[in-house]
Amino acid sequence: MNDRIDPHRLDALAPQASEVEAPPKPGTTKTAKPAKTQVGYVGQSVPRANAKRLLQGRGAYTDDLKFPRLAHVVFFRSPHAHARLKKLDLSRAARQPGVIAAFDGRAIADYCTPWVAVLGHLKGIKSPPQYAVAIDRACWQGEAVAAIVAETRAQAEDALGHVVAEWEELPVVTDMEDALANRTVIHPELGDNICFARSFETEGFDAAMKKADLVVEETYGFGRHTGVTMESRVILADYNAAEHSLTVYHATQAPHMMQDIFSRHLNIPEANVRVICKDVGGSFGIKVHVYPDEMATAALSVMLRRPVKFVADRLESFLTDIHAREHKATVRLACMKDGTIVGFDLDDLTAIGPYSVYPRTSGIEGNQVVNLTGGPYAHKAYRAKMNVVFTNKNVTCQYRAVGHPIAVALTEAIVDLAAQKLGMDPAEFRRKNLIADDAYPYSFPSGLKFEKLSHHQCLDKLLALMDYTGLRAEQAALRKQGIHRGIGLAAMIEVTNPSPAFYGVGGARISAQDGATVRLEPTGMVTCLVSVTEQGQGTEGVFTQVCADAVGVSIDKVRVITGDTGVTPYGGGTWASRGAGIGGEAVLQAGKALRANILDIAAAVLQVDRATLDVRANSVVDKASGEERLPLAEVGRIGYFRPDTLPMKFQAELTVTRHYTPREYGFTFTNGIQASYVEVDTDTGFVKLLRHWCVEDCGTVINPLLVDEQIRGGIVQGIGAAMLEECLYSAEGQLLNGSLADYLVPMTGDTPDIEIAHVSTPTRQSELGAKGVGEAGTAGAPGAVMNAINDALAPFDARVRVQPFTPERILKALGKI
Amino acid sequence: MEDRVEATITVNGTRLTRRIEPRMHLIDFLREELGLTGSHVSCEHGVCGACTVRVDGEIRRGCLTLAVQADGRTVDTVEGLSDSGELAVLQQAFHERNALQCGYCTPGMLLTAQALIKEHPEATREEIREFMSGNLCRCTGYQAIIDAIETVLRTPRTEGVR
Repeated sequence: MNDRIDPHRLDALAPQASEVEAPPKPGTTKTAKPAKTQVGYVGQSVPRANAKRLLQGRGAYTDDLKFPRLAHVVFFRSPHAHARLKKLDLSRAARQPGVIAAFDGRAIADYCTPWVAVLGHLKGIKSPPQYAVAIDRACWQGEAVAAIVAETRAQAEDALGHVVAEWEELPVVTDMEDALANRTVIHPELGDNICFARSFETEGFDAAMKKADLVVEETYGFGRHTGVTMESRVILADYNAAEHSLTVYHATQAPHMMQDIFSRHLNIPEANVRVICKDVGGSFGIKVHVYPDEMATAALSVMLRRPVKFVADRLESFLTDIHAREHKATVRLACMKDGTIVGFDLDDLTAIGPYSVYPRTSGIEGNQVVNLTGGPYAHKAYRAKMNVVFTNKNVTCQYRAVGHPIAVALTEAIVDLAAQKLGMDPAEFRRKNLIADDAYPYSFPSGLKFEKLSHHQCLDKLLALMDYTGLRAEQAALRKQGIHRGIGLAAMIEVTNPSPAFYGVGGARISAQDGATVRLEPTGMVTCLVSVTEQGQGTEGVFTQVCADAVGVSIDKVRVITGDTGVTPYGGGTWASRGAGIGGEAVLQAGKALRANILDIAAAVLQVDRATLDVRANSVVDKASGEERLPLAEVGRIGYFRPDTLPMKFQAELTVTRHYTPREYGFTFTNGIQASYVEVDTDTGFVKLLRHWCVEDCGTVINPLLVDEQIRGGIVQGIGAAMLEECLYSAEGQLLNGSLADYLVPMTGDTPDIEIAHVSTPTRQSELGAKGVGEAGTAGAPGAVMNAINDALAPFDARVRVQPFTPERILKALGKI
Repeated sequence: MEDRVEATITVNGTRLTRRIEPRMHLIDFLREELGLTGSHVSCEHGVCGACTVRVDGEIRRGCLTLAVQADGRTVDTVEGLSDSGELAVLQQAFHERNALQCGYCTPGMLLTAQALIKEHPEATREEIREFMSGNLCRCTGYQAIIDAIETVLRTPRTEGVR
């Protein structure tokens, strides 16, 4: 064997070795009691405890689990984008070595009912019923039409080659505009290809626009791309026939939503369904939807009465993980000669594949584009038209920053164009038009309400951070040497901490509230169970900090448990930048309530006025002197083992649950601004991203280390969309780049250093004051990069308008090819 | 499929002999047959680096190496290199700098970074970015990973690197 474990080295991984300045070092057994925590953990860059197992490869992702009698399912998928299944013969496949069963869509439909993904508040949205495994017809390349279950995955894959299928190809609709023209209707029973349409116009729009001195208009294109989680989609369903119960180990962001869905579509009482999220290898919105192959896996577990696992391989991920953001949009901006923006006019077209995705629908992304375009600015006139159409490509749905990257890029590109036409500096143009910092609460023309934003503070901070003036001088100097650099700005607003206005009001059984249970253990440890899930962003870490402050203990005393519907309170999970803001407030309130209950016990034990006591650094102390009166381990001992020593009618309550729902505003908007600095090689069309900056206002920053890293990760995903990522389809609907060799994501070498700064305007809706931040980077980066490239190209009178900005597109814009 | 081949491999210091399907990849052998699930499968064709392991001291893609190719060789994974303490300094730097989020790419990152530290102890930040470009991360934006590796490279080394 290798060297034995060196305890000293492992100690180096423990939190006490980290260089966190304040509050006290999480207590080791040997060091003195941590000092009084006047400064809390909230606001400190505390490394997160749950990273340690991942650093040793000792996490447990769903694919790592092994069960007795575990069977493996693979799917036979349509090779055509649109085709009728004339014949499907599974008999030979079923006889292959190790194969347990092979089923078509009809057999699985007996156990799993189909779904229709519409929401009541998206008026007129329509979609056909979708089955776990398609019956008779496939509507995109990669749609599953049969399932093969075997003892090993290799055996199941071997059997795939023995499936006999005869297809009759049907007319394919892949182009958005063709879809909108309805020459071929994909689902004839729906009448046309329009899933959802929305139009909107402020009063007096035309008159206002007519008064403008300048109207600029451009059309922008956005390539469909996808999340590319490093861990692909994984589900392991384990049906217990004796109990008629189903336990699902699922790489998902929303375990309670999935519990409800498994229950309703598999006809198992909700109380008998338990969904457990082990470590999740990245989500970004990819893992918050209902996937037909995952529903089929759960149904197969019921059918075969044994555990069944499905792991998407990388090709399946590209063919079936939701795609997003295929848009073509024309936007007009009207302004006065002095630069004052009068209004925006938007016409957006987006294609979503053949089905609206359950249960959140594929109408939300376009809806967000309508809601958010023009968002940072103080204009009064706004008109928007939006069509969401069906096509024969993979489905699209909500991916990180849903709609924001489109809305921000449209807005910021047309803002830059207007500034250029007026000969104004883009930063000055924004300063003139950003909603004033003292104008809140503010009602935006699209109907959104902003509690309090800080656009001007963020702009000023950004310009200082990047040395905007210095960069402009450098840019001008380099231009004379034939080096073409560009600076791009992108202001943004972001939807976070959504209330039931997002889904609940539309009839979706998706929780907008979250809950936390906090329990003092007999040893003085604190266990905190939260309905928000962890997929690496550090949720459990920030809840540890909030809980430690709220109860009055050091963070090494807190254990957070998430991701198990059988254990945690009910809640929404992780999506729409809601985890820290909503779940964190529930933890704070639960922790405070536990602290109060601890003081009740201590007051009874010590026979003193409760108001003279406090909980600090793992002990009940005298509030005035700080003198220790009762360690929490003693409170636990008395509360659990010697309650007979407490007053007769006093019951110790050492477990507390609290919930939180944001209600005052539909969404707790945040704001921020990004800047990109690029160099364009006008001979090759290659773009080098030199620097990137982001100033973000997410209210209370619970952990700067985690927040900054989440913003950076988001920015790099946005850079991917702007520069590299696109799911390319042939005219026949064949995906052309279904591998990571062909579909490019940013590598370290492509990625610039990114500087982050904050303005903090805590939301007054909660005591914690935290707004969401997970999507900020992705929302603004594509717009900033686009503007930077176009700024670099300005001397050539060239502009790029279609993402991703490949060398080919840049050379075309330059007229070189 | 039934023509299994006998192979003797030293995995994390333990010598073992197994009959292995010739088509089985090393990463699947480690994960499925030995239960060493620390190394991960992601792109499945050698692009992303999540399956990086060490074969005879050199980093290799576990998804491009057949298990039988490791016959007579030494294989080290993140589990073994954690227990031996070899990765401890890097792991600490990654932890303090939050150079991981979901952790799925992390074992591969650590093994690649350790190879960089051994082979190019004087690497500049640009060279670190270049060397690490074969390992994809979708969460962090990379900067923290580069920072963590740079910190280890710039810290006078008395332990953790052999």
